[in-house]
Amino acid sequence: MSASKWTTDFLKQLDNLGINVAQINIPSITLWQIKNTEWQRFAELAVEQGLRWVSGWAEQSHEQFFVNACFEKQGLYVLLRTILTPEYDVDTQLDRDLELPSQATVYPAANRSERHTRDMFGINFAGHPDNRRWTRHKAWPEQSYPLRKDFDVQGMPQDITPPDKDYPFIKSDGAGVYEIPVGPVHAGIIEPGHFRFQAVGELILNLEERLGYVHKGIEKIAEGRMPQSLARLAGRVSGDTTVGHCWAACRAMEFAADIEIPPRAALIRGILAERERIANHLGDMGAICNDVAFVFAQMQFTRLRELWLRTNATVFGHRLLMDRIIPGGVLCDLSEPSCGLIKQEIIRLRIELAEILLAVDLNSSLEDRLYTAGYLSEEIAAAFGTLGYVGRASGQDFDVRRDAPYAPYDQVSFKVAVENQGDIASRFWVRYKEINAALKLIEGFVDQLVPGEIITAWQIPQAGREGLGIIEGWRGEITAFVRFDADNKIARFYPRDPSILNWPALEKLVLDNIVPDFPVCNKSVNGSYSGNDL
Amino acid sequence: MLRLLIKTLKTGVVTEKLNSRSHSARGGEDELEQLGIEIKRHIDRKFSGSIAIREVDAGSCNGCELEIHALNNPYYDIERFGIHFVASPRHADVLLVTGPVSRNMQTALLRTYEATPHPKWVIAVGDCAACGGEFGVSYASCGAVSNVIPVDAVIPGCPPTPLTLMKGLLGLINAGSVKD
Repeated sequence: MSASKWTTDFLKQLDNLGINVAQINIPSITLWQIKNTEWQRFAELAVEQGLRWVSGWAEQSHEQFFVNACFEKQGLYVLLRTILTPEYDVDTQLDRDLELPSQATVYPAANRSERHTRDMFGINFAGHPDNRRWTRHKAWPEQSYPLRKDFDVQGMPQDITPPDKDYPFIKSDGAGVYEIPVGPVHAGIIEPGHFRFQAVGELILNLEERLGYVHKGIEKIAEGRMPQSLARLAGRVSGDTTVGHCWAACRAMEFAADIEIPPRAALIRGILAERERIANHLGDMGAICNDVAFVFAQMQFTRLRELWLRTNATVFGHRLLMDRIIPGGVLCDLSEPSCGLIKQEIIRLRIELAEILLAVDLNSSLEDRLYTAGYLSEEIAAAFGTLGYVGRASGQDFDVRRDAPYAPYDQVSFKVAVENQGDIASRFWVRYKEINAALKLIEGFVDQLVPGEIITAWQIPQAGREGLGIIEGWRGEITAFVRFDADNKIARFYPRDPSILNWPALEKLVLDNIVPDFPVCNKSVNGSYSGNDL
Repeated sequence: MLRLLIKTLKTGVVTEKLNSRSHSARGGEDELEQLGIEIKRHIDRKFSGSIAIREVDAGSCNGCELEIHALNNPYYDIERFGIHFVASPRHADVLLVTGPVSRNMQTALLRTYEATPHPKWVIAVGDCAACGGEFGVSYASCGAVSNVIPVDAVIPGCPPTPLTLMKGLLGLINAGSVKD
């Protein structure tokens, strides 16, 4: 069945059931608009058709609220939209609460996203399985919604924001059940978040994540920015994914502005993104081994990562590659000697990795700790829309670079690593396979480079233009939505990091593991706190 | 096991040496040597050989954490200068704080500060911690670390490189705020 076929069939089915879909023509986006009362019904039918829930967000346009949910099947993305208008209640002389039937009832992946939308916009999702606050802690009051236009960016914060200590965590009682609260400040050099365990002996009965500690108001402070400035902000949604988020945001802006980047710029973006993938995978593979006290691998991998970052600094002028992607193209060109350096380094890295991985593979203590631990089944991975190496280690055969290719990936073919073992070992080995694929991709991109421009002149988009940028970051699919206001200013920016969909999977995969294995389970997923909290 | 030993021997010691001049092919290594010697001397004298650092992410994008992590890789191996990272503020001399302080982390940072025994020093790491950076002050962010707790030294950069971090640490140790 071709990609276009399923939309035709699905539209026919919706029509037969009396669900009226307005197909709105917007460049780069397949946009379907439905009545708000059909919101949940659509989701029920979509899940039957095997559509994957991708991302959800709202925006305010004057007095109206647009609610969006993005779906994907066979590499084709559909953006579903409904419009809510506040109704005035003559009895109370107030606007009635905005309400929409929840999609989280059938798509667990939509759960936290809807809670985020409720906290930020005051839109209630009727029938939502978990109506507790999510992004809101105590930094703003309950009846106040930061992403509404009448909410000032400065808000009205207290001198000291109190801790969110009365959050209603899931409780359990019974003989021998005890609770372990962890965080927000953790013991290592990592981001803050709270984990609440219920355990019997060492066995984890339940884990509840409480995130939002690094909520920095990214969506709000994006409003009114110029494209360059938005790209900088996007590059700091999650510092380890600076290339990924910057690329997704720029792609969204470029769609909105109707500009195409030069082929050379696309190739350089590809090289940057694959270098970011390799740097992070090297770090993660070392850290996974370190969490089970196999320090040899940690030292070797951090050494390789350091060398890799130093080449980044030499070739691109920044170790983590921040701000190298700019709207319309890339900031820095690649010289001939730099290309040579990149290729030499790839040869060296392959040799080193082969030696280290052989030693790792033959290590029985590592085998003992990583195999079967932190098991995530294919069913749960699919239900939560799990992405990237976490999804691919649990049979989710999806990669934006292959399934919805964009320049420069539309010119190459490569193997997407997929396994169905679903344990920590699998997430480790998928990363290794992804490094190998990425090395080949970089070689290919370097070979394809021909002299040419690296930036296309920016064109100011009309007010109201929107774009959806979707790319495969190192953690998995990243989506960025951008709408422009007048005068080149951003009206709305919503970046969806893959972590938003992968965090809930962690709650599931730690069950029946022992508490001391939590760090390695967590590292094998390595969700971004900053990318989740925004 | 044999493979581990072979690889370890083949890799050799990559740590950039304190006294040797033999590894100067890459930029910054001479500087690292000099810095290391100076830091070690000061730590020996003022802190009886070692300082303990507690890193606190108070709202960072995680970029600074990656580079702070790098200080522990075999190239920098910062522990040889007597600087080590500890798991609790109660064991720390220095708090290394990153990020604009998000409002949701404000109390956690204050409590971490209170839990650190005197005498203590705070280093704000990265542009966000120094001045709010890309995020500034908003309904969700308190901006610079100094808006929340007293700061003794600032290491700017987005993120600061490991070498910059080491220079910054030396700056703190040299500064008048650290009593002999």
